Amino acid sequence: MSFLAAALTVAQLLLGLAMLLAMLRMLRGPRAQDRVVALDTLYVNAMLLVLTHGIRTGTALYFEAALVIGMLGFVSTAALAKFLLRGEVIE
Amino acid sequence: MTTVAGILVVLGALLAFMGSLGLLRLKTFYERIHPPTMGTTLGTGLVLIGSMLHFSGLGDRPVLHEVLIGVFMTLSTPVTYMLLVRAALHRDRAEGRDPTQAPATKD
Repeated sequence: MSFLAAALTVAQLLLGLAMLLAMLRMLRGPRAQDRVVALDTLYVNAMLLVLTHGIRTGTALYFEAALVIGMLGFVSTAALAKFLLRGEVIE
Repeated sequence: MTTVAGILVVLGALLAFMGSLGLLRLKTFYERIHPPTMGTTLGTGLVLIGSMLHFSGLGDRPVLHEVLIGVFMTLSTPVTYMLLVRAALHRDRAEGRDPTQAPATKD
């Protein structure tokens, strides 16, 4: 097992734990804005996990998946924040 | 080259983990909004630099398309968090809570 493979395993374990902690915060709340921040953290960690998997396999395909996760996550968090602010998304 | 990439990826993942730990452990919403930014900016940046180093080492020319994600995350994170904090302030004021007096009760 090369150094890079071991490092990637450690990084993936850390990112998986980070996703677990963010999910705990999302389940616990207590308020809606806490859940939205937790969802934002969750998708960023998932994006990093996809990127580390892309480094492990050595294909550039996973980079595009990570880019799509990042863009859709931004849009969803912005829409949820708008909803919390106004009560509706498109007005 | 691959050793440096591995170290950078582990550091980035560690930062993201610390951000999530802070998100779980801090007491009020306005404190909790801070730690995840560590993972979304510096953590993502380190993982992306590691990825760039690794893919540049695989091919014979530099691979720079990871910069796209970096620029995008750097631009989008402050926007979303400012929107969220404004929404939280608005909700606290609408419910007659003082945002500076922390622990929000469960609802």
